[in-house]
Amino acid sequence: MAEFLQFAFSGLTVGAVYALVALGFTLIYNASDVINFAQGEFVMLGGMATVFLSLAGVPVPLAALIAVAATTVVGLALYKLAIDPARGASAVTLIIITIGASIFLRGVASIVFDKRFHSLPHWFGDRPLTVAGASVLPQSLVVLAGALVIVVLLWAFFERTLFGKAVLATAANRVAAKLSGIDTGFVVGFSFAVSAAIGAVAGVLVTPITLTSFDVGTLLALKGFAAAMLGGMGHPVGAVVGGLVVGLLEAFGAGYISSQYKDAMAFIVILAVLFAMPNGLFGRTRIERV
Amino acid sequence: MSDVLLSVENLRSSYGRIEALHGVSLEVRRGEIVTLVGGNGAGKTTLMRAISGVQPVTAGLIRFKGEAIGRVDAHRRVALGIAQVPEGRQVFAPLSVADNLRLGAWSRKDEGVAADIEDIYRQFPVLREKRDLQAGGLSGGQQQMLALGRALMAKPELILLDEPSMGLAPILVEQIFEAIAGLKARGITVLLVEQNAMQALAIADRGYVIETGTITHSGEGRALLDDPKVRGAYLGV
Ligand SMILES: Nc1ncnc2c1ncn2[C@@H]1O[C@H](COP(=O)(O)OP(=O)(O)OP(=O)(O)O)[C@@H](O)[C@H]1O
Ligand SMILES: [Mg+2]
Repeated sequence: MAEFLQFAFSGLTVGAVYALVALGFTLIYNASDVINFAQGEFVMLGGMATVFLSLAGVPVPLAALIAVAATTVVGLALYKLAIDPARGASAVTLIIITIGASIFLRGVASIVFDKRFHSLPHWFGDRPLTVAGASVLPQSLVVLAGALVIVVLLWAFFERTLFGKAVLATAANRVAAKLSGIDTGFVVGFSFAVSAAIGAVAGVLVTPITLTSFDVGTLLALKGFAAAMLGGMGHPVGAVVGGLVVGLLEAFGAGYISSQYKDAMAFIVILAVLFAMPNGLFGRTRIERV
Repeated sequence: MSDVLLSVENLRSSYGRIEALHGVSLEVRRGEIVTLVGGNGAGKTTLMRAISGVQPVTAGLIRFKGEAIGRVDAHRRVALGIAQVPEGRQVFAPLSVADNLRLGAWSRKDEGVAADIEDIYRQFPVLREKRDLQAGGLSGGQQQMLALGRALMAKPELILLDEPSMGLAPILVEQIFEAIAGLKARGITVLLVEQNAMQALAIADRGYVIETGTITHSGEGRALLDDPKVRGAYLGV
C-alpha cells in the first residue's frame, strides 16, 4: 500500500507537469490549429533562466518571475517571427516550423546557459513528509498546487471573461470571429504568450525535483503531446487528465515493471487507447447543426 | 457630400490561380436595401467576404463612407460599421447564445450592450429562452436569428447578409424577410445576397445580377423583377 501511494505521488507530480505542457499544446492548437513542438522548450527556459539568474545573484523568487516573463516574450516572438509570417501555410509546414524553433531554442540555450544539469532549492526544504507510509517531497505538493492554481485561473478566464470567450470563439470559428470584430491575430499571439508562461511556471516548479538542462524540453514536449492526444487534442480537461494519466502510467510502469521502459510504457498504453478511441478520452463530435 | 455608403470598383479576387471576381463594381447608398442575385458559384459570397476583409482581393477598390478600406484588417472594418451575417450562419457553436451576442458587440466601446441584447431578445424571443444553451444546438432558423442578432450587436451602418433564408422553412423565411425590412426602418443599410431572388428583389430598392464573377444587370428592384432576361435566368419564370 505504501509502495502504491509512493508511485502514485511521484506519478501525479510528473503528471502535473505533463498536464501543464499538454494545456500549452491545447491553448495554441485551439487558437491557431498549430501543434507547437517548442512547448517543452518553454519549460526548459523557465527552469534554466531561473537557475542562471539566481547563480548571477538574483534572489530565486525574483529570478523565477523574470524567467517566466522572459519565456513569455520568447513565446510571443515565436508567434510573431515564425508562425505569423507563415500564415496560410499547411498544418505540416507549421509543425515543422515549431520543431525548427524547438531545435533553435535548445541550441541557443546550450550556448547562453550550458550543457550541464542544474537544480533549484526546494521551496519548503527537501525533507520528505510521510503520508500513510509513503514519503512525499513538499515540492511535489508545490507542483500539484501550482498546477491546480493554473487550471483554476484558466477556467475562470474562459468562463468568466469576455476576452476568454473571444479566445473560445476564435478557436470555434476563426472567420466568424473576425467578422465579429475580434482581432484573431492578437488572440493567437496571446495564446502563445500564455502557453509559454504556463510552460515556464511548470519549469520553475518542477526543477527542484527533476533537475533541468538545455535539452529536457524534447521529451517533455513528446509526453505533453501524448497527454494532449490521449485527452483529445483541443480539450483542456482532457489535457489535464491526459497529463496525469501519462505521469501515473510512467510511475507505476517504472515501479512495478521496469524503469528501463518507463518512457516507452506510457506511449504504448496511449497508442492502445487511441487505437480504440481515435478522438481521445474526451474527444467527442461537436454539437453542430447546419 | 454623397450619400454613397459603400462603393466597390473593379474588384478582382482569386482562389489560387482561378479568378472568382473579374472586376466587380457596385454601389450601396445610405439607407438602401440592395440585393445581389446570381446562380451557384457566381461569386456572391466571394464579394461579401472581400467587402468584410476575410477574402483577399487582387485589384480594385472598396470604399466605405468615402474611404478606401481595402487594406484595413477585417476586425477593424467591423468597428468602422460593416457587419456580415456569413453564409451558413457560422455561429460560435460551443458558446452560449448570450455569449454569441456579447461577442457581436466586441468592437463597441459604449455602455449600451446589455440593453441591445435585450432588444435582440425582444425581436427574437426564442433566443431569450435559449440564452444559456450552446448555439450549436439551435435549429437552423434559430441559428440564423442568432447570426443576425450577433451582427446587429456590432451596431453596423452597413450589414451584409449572405443567403439568410438558405435552408429555412417557408414560415421562417417570412420572418427573416420581415426582419430585413425592419433593418431598413431602423436606418441600417443592407446588402443582401439571395438565391430566393423574387422575394429579395421585391424588398430591394435596387439590385444587381452577378454571373460568373461579373455584374451583368443592375437597376431598381422592381425593374429587375420585370426584366425578361433576369426573369428567365434567375426567377425561373
Ligand atoms: N474556398 C474556395 N476555393 C476555391 N474556389 C472557391 C472557393 N470558394 C469559392 N470558390 C469558387 O469561386 C467561385 C465563386 O464562389 P462563391 O462562393 O463566391 O459563389 P456564390 O455566388 O456565393 O455561390 P453560392 O450561391 O453557391 O453560394 C466559384 O467558382 C467557386 O467554385
Ligand atoms: Mg455563396
